[in-house]
Amino acid sequence: MAAIEVNGKSYEVDEEGYLSDLNQWDKDVAEAMANAEDCKLTDEHWDIINFLREYYEEYQIAPAVRVLTKAVGKKLGKDKGNSKYLYELFPYGPGKQACKYAGLPKPTGCV
Amino acid sequence: MADFETPQTHEFPVIPTVMEGAMAHSSPFVASAEFQSEMGFPGDGGLIEGWKDRFLDLLDDKLGKYRSLQVFMDTCVKCGACTDKCHYFLGTSDPKNMPVARQDLLRKVYRRYHTFAGKYFPKLVGAIDLTEDVVNDMYSYYHQCSECRRCAVFCPFGIDTAEVTMAARDILAQVGLGQKYSNQIIPKVHKIGNNLGLPEKALADTLEGLEEDVEDDTGVKVRFPLDEKGADILLVTPSADFFAEPHVDGLMGYGKVFHAAGVSWTLSSKASEAANFGLFIGSYEQMRQVSLRIRDAAKELGVKRIVFGECGHAWRVAYNHLNTLAGPWDFLDQSYPIPQHILEFTKDCLDRGILNIDKSQNDDMTLTFHDSCNIARASRIGAEPGSQFTTPREVIKAVCNNFYDMSADTIHDATFCCGGGGGLLTDDLMELRVKGALPRMESLKNVIADKGVTHMAAICAICKSQFTKVLPYYGMTMDQIVSVHQLVGNAIILDGQGDDADESDDADEAA
Repeated sequence: MAAIEVNGKSYEVDEEGYLSDLNQWDKDVAEAMANAEDCKLTDEHWDIINFLREYYEEYQIAPAVRVLTKAVGKKLGKDKGNSKYLYELFPYGPGKQACKYAGLPKPTGCV
Repeated sequence: MADFETPQTHEFPVIPTVMEGAMAHSSPFVASAEFQSEMGFPGDGGLIEGWKDRFLDLLDDKLGKYRSLQVFMDTCVKCGACTDKCHYFLGTSDPKNMPVARQDLLRKVYRRYHTFAGKYFPKLVGAIDLTEDVVNDMYSYYHQCSECRRCAVFCPFGIDTAEVTMAARDILAQVGLGQKYSNQIIPKVHKIGNNLGLPEKALADTLEGLEEDVEDDTGVKVRFPLDEKGADILLVTPSADFFAEPHVDGLMGYGKVFHAAGVSWTLSSKASEAANFGLFIGSYEQMRQVSLRIRDAAKELGVKRIVFGECGHAWRVAYNHLNTLAGPWDFLDQSYPIPQHILEFTKDCLDRGILNIDKSQNDDMTLTFHDSCNIARASRIGAEPGSQFTTPREVIKAVCNNFYDMSADTIHDATFCCGGGGGLLTDDLMELRVKGALPRMESLKNVIADKGVTHMAAICAICKSQFTKVLPYYGMTMDQIVSVHQLVGNAIILDGQGDDADESDDADEAA
């Protein structure tokens, strides 16, 4: 198992850099993962990451794209409730990139 | 985006000059013990002790069990007809991605241990010893085949590389080299019900959201029922339809068709997956286990019919093997096809004139259609030969005013794979996926240039996800791929739809 070190703390990750243990997650590791991919986490990013974590806690899975865009639209205004906005924040796809920073497992299957 | 070059597209296809070893580095993650053991496979990310004997035993076993494999190993005469037919060869230039070379990875070993000439004069007949290098080569190149079977269409003997790939992958998994992507996914189907790992609660919440969305959009309450006992139709659809775009737009289209047709239907949380990755890894037992979930769900819910949503390989498994794997289906209504494809259902509704269609709703698009390999080369959608080609096109033309096909050598049974099928739709194979998409991207670009096409419609979850990802590499946008039932959904005018809008128009006029 690979690991990433942040401030002297070690986090286990899988081959693709996703956290092996969701409980190990904290804001430091999210920042470190984003920095490694040249992504600077802003408040807008954190809105999404926090929503993903809340949703996961309740449903044990990342939200579907439509569920996410709808929730974002309700919270941040209709102009942001679309995948274009999410892809601007997370160019590699909200489903995968944002899940990674949020410490969630990668969605698998035909997605 | 990544450290490889996206291939150039041309006005006419170019057969590349071979570049030996161009893709030798491409290899998906090997499954660790965690994923291997859940599948009943040994090993922890590498070959097991005594792998060589086990490999040869398994090959022996498969040759005895599958007559086709024996015939494919013996038959090839190296005529070369297949060499320029594989999208991965055309996109990567690697000669080991010529179908004949891919088959030869296993054939050379077969010859060494199973033929007289290979045992005594190996060099004369290209027979080689089974070594670790040979096995690693197999792991790499049998995961550069999407099992699309285009090569088999052009082989004068009908040698099916997909079957060779499946046999090889199954043997590799059983000597410790299982693929992480597939082996991580299949246990989720058994434990949770689908490839995504979408639990019942999340599925119910997602469907509720769709009901709200359709109502907001049309003013009509269209239901997306889950686990409803006594419904007539069980819809089995890929779990990507719940999760991803444009898949979910297709799911909303199915819901509208069922609503407008006035039939009762349901999804099942137990069989919330049409996909059957058992096919990809060449495991008959996994194919059977995954299929049996559909049987259990159909029995528990007491449905009369089973309809499959837009999923390529699922339809191949369902159309060809559902009865063998999970039959007999004597408890279903025998007057309908078992199983039936959603497009056949929709086409029937269109033919009978029971859907109220406004084609102009799709006038902002000019469409083309991507034949999915597993549907095009392994099934029908309807009773007639060739219906797998005509049914989707007739449905699209019935709901859209603007449709053009791509060039004839890239459609119907000569269709090119999207580049992500057969268990390769994983980020660790992105270079392969982008390069393998070349022939399809080329024909798409040409029909865009020639006919002003703006969108490509597909009927497979893998194709849709793959195109979403690779279109930007070729200078197009991810939203240029759409679901066929998304087009149907756009065009259907439901009873009661627009009543509110009319009223407000009237009110505006009055004011």
